[in-house]
Amino acid sequence: MAILKRPLFDPPIVRRATRDAFAKLDPRHMVRNPVMFVVLIGSVLTTLVLVRDLIQGRGDIGFTLQIALWLWFTVLFANFAEAMAEGRGKAQAESLRRSRTLTTAKRLKSPADRTLFEAVPADQLRKGDVVLVTPGELIPGDGEVIEGVASVDESAVTGESAPVIRESGGDRSAVTGGTKVLSDYLVIRITANPGETFLDRMIGLVEGAKRQKTPNEIALIILLSGLTIVFLFAVVTLQPFAIYSGGAVPVPILVALLVCLIPTTIGGLLSAIGIAGMDRMIQHNVIAMSGRAVEAAGDVNTLLLDKTGTITLGNRQAVEFVPAPGVTREHLADRAQLASLPDETPEGRSIVVLAKQFGLRGRPLAEGSHGMELVPFSATTRMSGVNVGALQLRKGASEAVGRWVREQGGDTPSAVTSAVERIAREGGTPLVVAERENGGAKVLGVIYLKDVVKGGMKERFEQLRAMGIRTVMITGDNQLTAAAIAAEAGVDDFLAEATPEDKMALIKREQGGGRLVAMTGDGTNDAPALAQADVAVAMHTGTQAAKEAGNLIDLDSNPTKLIEVVEIGKQLLITRGSLTTFSIANDVAKYFAIIPAMFVATYPALQALNIMRLHSAQSAILASVIFNALIIIALIPLALRGVRWRPASAAAILRRNLWIYGVGGILIPFAGIKAIDLLLTLLRLV
Amino acid sequence: MTANGWLQILFYSALLLALTKPLGVYMVRVYDGSMRWLAPLERVVYRLCGIDPEEDQHWTRYAGGLLLFSVVSMLMTYVALRLQAHLPLNPAGLPAVPDRQAFETAASFTTNTNWQSYSGEVTMSYLSQMMQLAFHNFTSAASGMAAAVALARGIARRSGGRLGNFWTDLVRGTLYILLPLSFVLALVLVQQGVIQNFAKYVTVTTVEGAKQVLAMGPAASQIAIKQLGTNGGGFFNANSAHPFENATAISNFLEMFAILMIPAALVYTFGDIVKNRKHGWALWTAMFVVFFGGVATSYWAEARGNPIHAGRGVDIVASADNPGGNMEGKEVRFGIANSVLWATATTDASNGSVNSMHDSFTPIGGIVPLVNIQLGEEIFGGVGSGLYGMIMMAVLTVFIAGLMVGRTPEYLGKKIQSREMRMVMLYVLIFPAVILTFTALSVVLPAGLAGRNNAGPHGLTEILYAFTSVAGNNGSAFAGLTGTTYYYNTLLGLGTLLGRFAMLVPMLALGGFLAERKTVAESAGTFPVTTPLFVILLISVILIVGALTFFPALALGPLVEHLLMGAGKLF
Repeated sequence: MAILKRPLFDPPIVRRATRDAFAKLDPRHMVRNPVMFVVLIGSVLTTLVLVRDLIQGRGDIGFTLQIALWLWFTVLFANFAEAMAEGRGKAQAESLRRSRTLTTAKRLKSPADRTLFEAVPADQLRKGDVVLVTPGELIPGDGEVIEGVASVDESAVTGESAPVIRESGGDRSAVTGGTKVLSDYLVIRITANPGETFLDRMIGLVEGAKRQKTPNEIALIILLSGLTIVFLFAVVTLQPFAIYSGGAVPVPILVALLVCLIPTTIGGLLSAIGIAGMDRMIQHNVIAMSGRAVEAAGDVNTLLLDKTGTITLGNRQAVEFVPAPGVTREHLADRAQLASLPDETPEGRSIVVLAKQFGLRGRPLAEGSHGMELVPFSATTRMSGVNVGALQLRKGASEAVGRWVREQGGDTPSAVTSAVERIAREGGTPLVVAERENGGAKVLGVIYLKDVVKGGMKERFEQLRAMGIRTVMITGDNQLTAAAIAAEAGVDDFLAEATPEDKMALIKREQGGGRLVAMTGDGTNDAPALAQADVAVAMHTGTQAAKEAGNLIDLDSNPTKLIEVVEIGKQLLITRGSLTTFSIANDVAKYFAIIPAMFVATYPALQALNIMRLHSAQSAILASVIFNALIIIALIPLALRGVRWRPASAAAILRRNLWIYGVGGILIPFAGIKAIDLLLTLLRLV
Repeated sequence: MTANGWLQILFYSALLLALTKPLGVYMVRVYDGSMRWLAPLERVVYRLCGIDPEEDQHWTRYAGGLLLFSVVSMLMTYVALRLQAHLPLNPAGLPAVPDRQAFETAASFTTNTNWQSYSGEVTMSYLSQMMQLAFHNFTSAASGMAAAVALARGIARRSGGRLGNFWTDLVRGTLYILLPLSFVLALVLVQQGVIQNFAKYVTVTTVEGAKQVLAMGPAASQIAIKQLGTNGGGFFNANSAHPFENATAISNFLEMFAILMIPAALVYTFGDIVKNRKHGWALWTAMFVVFFGGVATSYWAEARGNPIHAGRGVDIVASADNPGGNMEGKEVRFGIANSVLWATATTDASNGSVNSMHDSFTPIGGIVPLVNIQLGEEIFGGVGSGLYGMIMMAVLTVFIAGLMVGRTPEYLGKKIQSREMRMVMLYVLIFPAVILTFTALSVVLPAGLAGRNNAGPHGLTEILYAFTSVAGNNGSAFAGLTGTTYYYNTLLGLGTLLGRFAMLVPMLALGGFLAERKTVAESAGTFPVTTPLFVILLISVILIVGALTFFPALALGPLVEHLLMGAGKLF
């Protein structure tokens, strides 16, 4: 998907959000958010009092009008925050929709015969239909390649412009509707009905149309509703106390007190925070299949990381030539390069590159390709090589090459054997090189192939450890190699010679110990483990089965993304918690502003509680209501971007956030209310 | 304030700290069933009552047992009080307790409140005191402790909602903890001069030549459990200000110490059961800090005295032969330090016994007991009820602040989600709802207003204190409110029942829900519940939740009174 980097307050989104803020006043929508629903009722009540006062021509109409207006603003600001969060997703969904043009598909009568087809509109394809797609055509729907190999442009979905290969069988057989075939042809079995395709689901998710409240969000709403009811009791019973003390309080002032006390700040921003969390995943090119998955990411205790591609660069590289006794390093390098010239694998290429350090750059072409006979790698011989005239070169696993040398009457020097052992112990892969030219074979030495750990991984794992997250490396390598790489990368644990069953058992064991597990996967054999894991990131390049088992899909297919996913999940929860704390802490100042103001007429002595020295009772109440409304607007950027944080231990994060949102939450409103009070007095609004 | 006063307060605190662990360990062993020294007696009780001690009860069954036991024993007491005139051990020939008052008293003692709208010596026969009131003093305390232990078990284990066995918890708490401690304390009190007899009331001629009737009775045995079980219902109307109930400085210290002894030790018991003793100590510390803050504030306010008195030439400065400060409503025998220490302890715990009259404290001195109860009776709190109240606050703290560390909030390894929060909020809600609604009704209804002794903000404080006291199951009286009317007997009785059972059931439900959850592994990412930061956070939540709820009412009552006192006006 083309990710549009938008400024936070993009004018079209702001315009639309402003419109939506009014549309969201619908009580059926408001009732989903109990805190703001109470504010809505309070606004209506105050407006009714205002109308009554207007008709009867009594009361302080200017004051009541201002209270009513700011109460309505409070509701509208909260709606605006939600609409802003949704707006970004909606804008993205629209651009996705535009890319989903209606295509015509070539439906095959029989999968076996690709000459016989009928043209049907793509939206009439059903699950199980088989279609042919030729170069330049859009793939009409999600499906599985059953025949052919083709390069496909998936930029419409992933935003990545480099074409990818799709082929039948294996882990690269899934195709997505709306992507374009560039070369060759594909025969595809459709796997999704119209309306249920990946693109459709993605539009739905991005738009937040079917957004379900997440477990933590529901629990938080219960807390906020509970607090609202407590304050409702405190404010409603205040009227009898006031009457007892000698003067009833006007209803708008009671409403003002109630609205200031109930947690409107977090109540107004709660759904915006949730939507923005999903949105941040999308900014990272990760599609969350549910908000629950984003939240669970924050709770993860154990990360299962595949070694290849996540921890290491994905391919081994030659880092050293260890010559056998009596062989020069240059000779070994020369032979190794020659043996690797036709070798297209990354390992082979890295040998060629390493040999260049020995001045082996321009080879005579005659020696290079003419008369060169390739001996391909096979599972039975476990070695590869070339024959150039009489010269035979072989490289491969030490036992395999050793056997070959023995068969030709040579033997492996003990120095080579010990070099092989050393390399294996260090986590590398030893590749023995041997030659045979007119007579017996001879071992030339060993190439040290090393798994290169990606830069910065060690620091990342350290941060994760500080956050209390264990990292477990999963690899097919043997115990020795795995241990060495695990130590170098700094992971907490590793699983060597891992089979899908081992992986599954590991996940269950971790979960049995009360830990939440996150993993990534792409292959069909990953699917059961993905389904078992609490947070499962499926690679978009993976198979359909893997994608269905995952609860997050990474469009970039970057296994390292798992770490970012965890961080986004944590940030979402931290943002919610911080604003909740801030909201509750705010109440202290509001009490000191409003309570003296309410009763100073009855008991002038209560003026002593007016520690902010606010101008008058009216200005104090109005300033509190205005502060309460404006703080919602002021915190929208924070709600949308999320609270800034660095990976650290829970204790450290807590300390920091308590200072900012707890202590700050107590102090800021004192300053804010005082400032607004001064401004109101200056403008003669009270 | 005097050095002597502070020394006594510090000695009290040090002894509390010292006894927490030994008694706490003992109680762990009582509730896990490994304390067996009264096993033969225990077995007889089980056989007689048809209890299967091995049964592990689901929380609904546990709560059901507790409610059933309470309802039946409450009805029993109501009937006994109504039939008092026809029952033995009534040397003073006291008549039946009136209907509403009998209801209120039965409710009040069943709920561990011991709010008394009667004077013991002119209302209750010796039989009523010993068979009914003392019975409840033991069982209401034991059921509170049982409920707290049940919650602790819910947190500690994963058992599909099972919390243990209410009947064995009730029996063991009574048999191994309350009975032996009360027995020892009663003996010491008798030795100190607290009376214990079945004699007729004695008429004496005073020094001035007037005739006076001296009430008699088995006081010491009642007082021991009244203090230890955080009950607080006095044998005599003057409660522990009465010399027959509280004879010497030593009896005063022991009675005062007995208030907080079990609640403090239970916190250790909790830490042990949930296998996080450091967390137990963290809760203990939070409780102690608020307790000590209360004592210090109250002591400061009372020792400072009333500026109006000083203005009229009264010497309120402490010296060798003048206690100084505000001595109104205080026993000269005990002085200011021991009065404020008792007042703070008795309101922090839901005890409610008094050795001075809180109504006569200065506004700030008097606000401390009131606020203590409004914080939810969890600063050490009632036996058991204080602990579970504090646990509810800890769960609330963990939830509010826990999200801030970026994880689903968890308490001691159990995730706190919507089901749990619903129960916590229900628990938090009921308390202010009862207090504020009943007080609001009473300040506008003529029947409510009629009970006041004073007008103005002080009258409001009296009514607010009464409902706070019953909903908090404290039972201490601010005094000054005439509670023996149909209206107040009914509403206050209802208040005790709601304040106990409407909060107990959601609390046990929370325990059950937590017992269904698996335990999440602890890591560096877990919200810390053993650090000083947690203690500060917990105290803030307790204060903010309490203060935010009651601040408006307090502002119109004691706060304004204090400010008016500064301006020279009294009520």
